[in-house]
Amino acid sequence: MGRFVLRRSLFSLFSLFGLLVLVFFLSRLTGDPAALYLPVDAPESVRQAFREARGLDAPLLAQFGDFLVNLVQFDFGDSLRRQRPAFDVVIEAFPWTLALAGITMALVLVAAIVLGALAAMKVGGIFDRISSVISLTAASAPDFWIALMAIFIFAVALGWVPTSGTGTPWHWILPIGVLFVRPFGLILQVVRSSMITALSSAYVKTARAKGVRQRAITFVHALRNAMLPVITVAGDQAAGLLNGAVVVETVFGFPGIGKLMIDSILQRDFAVVLAAIMLTSLAIFLMNLLIDLTYAFLDPRIRY
Amino acid sequence: MADAAPAPHVLEVKNLSVEFHSAGKCVKAVRDVSFHVDRGETLAILGESGSGKSVSASAIMDLIDCPPGRITSGEISYRGRDLLNMPAAERRHVNGRKIAMIFQDPLAHLNPVYPVGWQIAEAMRVHGMPAAAAKARAIELMARVGLKDPAARAKAYPHQFSGGQRQRLMIAMALAYDPDVLIADEPTTALDVTVQLQILRLLQQLRDETGMGLLLITHDLGVVAEMAERVIVMNAGEVVETGTTRDVFKAPRHPYTQKLIGAVPGQGGMRTGSVGAEPPILEVRKLEKYFGAYHALRAVSFDLHAGETVAIVGESGSGKSTTARAILRLDDADSGEVIYRGRDLTTLSDKEMFALRRDIQMVFQDPTQSLNPRMSVFQIVSEAWRIHRDILPKERWRARVLELLDLVGLKPDHADRYPHQFSGGQRQRIAIARALAVEPRIIICDEAVSALDVSVQGQVIRLLDDLRHRFGVAFIFIAHDLPVVRDFADRVIVMKDGAIVETGTVAQIFEAPVHPYTRALLAASLEPDPDLRGSHDPRPEEVA
Repeated sequence: MGRFVLRRSLFSLFSLFGLLVLVFFLSRLTGDPAALYLPVDAPESVRQAFREARGLDAPLLAQFGDFLVNLVQFDFGDSLRRQRPAFDVVIEAFPWTLALAGITMALVLVAAIVLGALAAMKVGGIFDRISSVISLTAASAPDFWIALMAIFIFAVALGWVPTSGTGTPWHWILPIGVLFVRPFGLILQVVRSSMITALSSAYVKTARAKGVRQRAITFVHALRNAMLPVITVAGDQAAGLLNGAVVVETVFGFPGIGKLMIDSILQRDFAVVLAAIMLTSLAIFLMNLLIDLTYAFLDPRIRY
Repeated sequence: MADAAPAPHVLEVKNLSVEFHSAGKCVKAVRDVSFHVDRGETLAILGESGSGKSVSASAIMDLIDCPPGRITSGEISYRGRDLLNMPAAERRHVNGRKIAMIFQDPLAHLNPVYPVGWQIAEAMRVHGMPAAAAKARAIELMARVGLKDPAARAKAYPHQFSGGQRQRLMIAMALAYDPDVLIADEPTTALDVTVQLQILRLLQQLRDETGMGLLLITHDLGVVAEMAERVIVMNAGEVVETGTTRDVFKAPRHPYTQKLIGAVPGQGGMRTGSVGAEPPILEVRKLEKYFGAYHALRAVSFDLHAGETVAIVGESGSGKSTTARAILRLDDADSGEVIYRGRDLTTLSDKEMFALRRDIQMVFQDPTQSLNPRMSVFQIVSEAWRIHRDILPKERWRARVLELLDLVGLKPDHADRYPHQFSGGQRQRIAIARALAVEPRIIICDEAVSALDVSVQGQVIRLLDDLRHRFGVAFIFIAHDLPVVRDFADRVIVMKDGAIVETGTVAQIFEAPVHPYTRALLAASLEPDPDLRGSHDPRPEEVA
């Protein structure tokens, strides 16, 4: 197990480096920050000074070298926009996204597993059909539309919750509710089909022959076997949320990492973009490791 | 109500009929079936696939999914109490406590993600035993069914046991409450012969100790002859014959029973196994193969002559299939040579091997899996000509497919059907026609008749025999079923743990086996003759 974690970490280091190279050079293709930050009529000498002050006049490879040297000391450089270390800016935004993603996924998993398992118990029954319609709708609805509708109905028309911003627990309800919809629909479908397979397996027959109650058969015998594909899809969805729920964060003015990244890209704030991408990549790597360990925990046949 | 009614049978099934509805069709799986089991006796239900024998047992345990299944008539009673009209909660407490069941394929029937001790203890917890007591009894039961070091093994998972051990675990689970009746549905079908005999002996011993009744469901006449006092024979959902095992085997009255008993392999004369003077067409020399640290083949060497049939027998894990796969280079051997007509196949380039592939063909065990379900029979058989372009011009494909189908006993209009529209035996004929399409000199049959019913098995063997005579095809015939080998092979190779332990003509192996392992295999092989009951040697020293 320890060796597995070590090997995976080493491989991930390579991937992270590749990502770093890619993002660094691609972001430089978006244009010259001097053109964006200085007035249109700024003389060339001012522009040149601006570039020199931030090391943007050096050859690209030299910039990259400097960047790597600083990176080893966890220094991503300063944010052009905010005049502060980029890493600090990102670290401030990250907990917001982490909390948003964590709470949403926890709710999604509980709801999808319970409903999916119940739907699978009686395939074609009323409950199964209703949950099929719900999951299909939820999985295919565009989130910006849900977000706008939710604001319109619950914030504007009914006035139950604030339209946007942060500050009270009430501010979290709409972003979580909107983010919940799509992963819930997808995972519900996976739970259902995976549970149907598990419930028709031979060991379920054995359990029935032993006299085990249907509820225990569903939630003890079948569920644990059905969890592997669910974990896979859930991990995928969680990665999406960690990457920043860009649309939802923007719509609700939520100070998370997705909003920060979009803003920074538009502002050519390269240092912040890089720091944000590195941090979310690290988080996604840790989550994938956790998922692999969960596999081994759920299924004793999987050993690393 | 003058006389006291006779005590009801422990388990009685009366006029049971079961239907299955699917895709607008109604299949009457069981029709008007009646039988009873009492304590201390063994009743066998004998039948081939689709006879309804397992459905009858599933009905007793409430394991039929309704829908699509439906019990249309009849009653099932336990000690006079009607099971079919019993409240669900009450019936749940009959299952596992009063009537228990074990199944074929214990690996699939054990939950892969829970420790085995937990699963055995669950059989008691669900009927109200405190967890600690159930755990202790689970360990006791594991010891009782012959598993060593039960306290430690209780924490292990099903995949960490062998096939025979898993069936012992299932039996331990079934014994939790010393049930009145144990239903065993093909309990030894997937097991090696020596392990089969150990499990049957264990069941017999437990039946005698606990006084339970045993309802044994099987397709294997040898198992019935060895185990049962009474037998009912089922065919197409109906009981065709009932009687004591002796009467049914020695004087079968119904034509179906007669046919079944007549089809049992291993009764005819043996082939001489003499080999002509010409050099062998295939020489296998010192094949070695490792899977990781596991030594799968150890210096495997043998010859195959034109028109000859060499059988490779051995139990699971002995390296039979690995040998076949190494010859065909489906898995490359680590060292050794396979010389076919003067060329070493193991050193050929992929392109050279491609050209030679048509000379050596393979027929696999399970035609359901080895035939592509999306291809018609015509496409399956003609596919080889699409790959090896020079064999046959396209305009002659159709005619040749029909010829081949005729050769293997299928009809011309079968060419445009798909594999799922055929029975198991017919599918294996398609697989053989496919192999013949490239006019091979050697056909490797890897358990090619093992999955087939006895009567179908005989037909396929006759077909292979016919091909041998007409075209001089040489066969490598891999099998675990000794009577079939006895009927079909010229020479026999016995493998154990990746090595060849004995080689000889079929008569030498079957009549004067030398190696102790060969003797053990033969001793454990069950014959369909109740007079030989108990004469088989289960090698009790090894617990599989």
